[in-house]
Amino acid sequence: MNHSAREEQWAVWMRAAVNGDVQAYHRFLSAVTPHLRAMARRRCEQFGAPVSEAEDVVQEVLLTIHLKRGTWDASRPIGPWISTIVRNKLIDGLRRRGRHTSVPIDDVIDILEAEDQTDALDRLDVDRMLEQLKDPQKTIVRSISVEGTSVRETADRLRMTEGAVRVALHRALKVLAALYRSETSENR
Amino acid sequence: MKTDDLINLLAHDAPVRTRIGKVLALSVIAGILISGGIFFAMIGFRADIGSAIETVRFLFKFVVTIALAATACAVVFRIGRPGVSLRIWGWTLLAAPLLLLAAAAVEMAVMPADSWSARMIGHNARFCLTLIPLLSIGPLACFLFALRHGAPERPGLAGAVAGLAASGIAATFYASNCTDDSPLFVLLWYPMAIAMVTAVGYVIGRRILRW
Repeated sequence: MNHSAREEQWAVWMRAAVNGDVQAYHRFLSAVTPHLRAMARRRCEQFGAPVSEAEDVVQEVLLTIHLKRGTWDASRPIGPWISTIVRNKLIDGLRRRGRHTSVPIDDVIDILEAEDQTDALDRLDVDRMLEQLKDPQKTIVRSISVEGTSVRETADRLRMTEGAVRVALHRALKVLAALYRSETSENR
Repeated sequence: MKTDDLINLLAHDAPVRTRIGKVLALSVIAGILISGGIFFAMIGFRADIGSAIETVRFLFKFVVTIALAATACAVVFRIGRPGVSLRIWGWTLLAAPLLLLAAAAVEMAVMPADSWSARMIGHNARFCLTLIPLLSIGPLACFLFALRHGAPERPGLAGAVAGLAASGIAATFYASNCTDDSPLFVLLWYPMAIAMVTAVGYVIGRRILRW
């Protein structure tokens, strides 16, 4: 698939996602992740960070894309939107790990076009952040992510409504992003 | 947590609740209502508004302040969106200062030189420097709140532009109260008040608009 066709596909999925299509959103995130990973790895190598840290950066970028997806104008191409977010977060993520750098935008676009192998790695950053969440947010996050239960099952188990679980999940993700941010500023 | 697990988690939160465009549109409306509410409750139009409205100098103040409010709002609408170019819209911010400089030049061409300083100093400088910032507080708070839903690449700059837009709205209301209509007065004092609000926007933006 060529570059623009792929981006068009991503945009189609994302348009469905913002209207609540869970499957389309899953496809979008899964499709974008290998590109993020390739970019993060190359950056880590370039700046002498352990490649193992790349996966932390990938997860942080995914979380940011998620929380800021309301800033994408569905009538515009999605590529520049993703590139800009990635560039900002790569700088942030690497800076947090003690390396001062700037990432040229052309570079980001180049790598968005590159393909990469996909193997999911375990990472510690998100887990450490998760520990700081309060219940029921922590339970909900664990249940849906690690155990793979649906929102409805989680709601039944916790005797909450589905709506309440969705709201708690959304808040939990915001808290996670805020935790990342506060770490970034502390270490600056 | 594996990245695949995180993707699972995020996918379950698919629908977007707050779209930046909608939040910003609401913030403009709310900002104008708050600023206008305070203006009409506390200050109101100048007493001779009926005759003032027939003079070019009075009306031209609004050309400048509305130009500032409109161009700065246009930039605020774009600055929170990653990947959207600001270049053209950034240049439009020069419209208000250029219009004002042109008006000041005309004023100096048609008015005797010995009247320039009196026109420039005016009678209401103190009000100008306090009321414009006061009337800006509401819109600035609304814009900053809305921009927190955005993702500005440079948070300080985004805050500063929010300050410009807020002071443009505030200056539009204030201009209908102020009896100093000379472009020379506007050129000296309005930018001072606007700069204060812009600086506050920059400082707050740097703190709260990071993402």
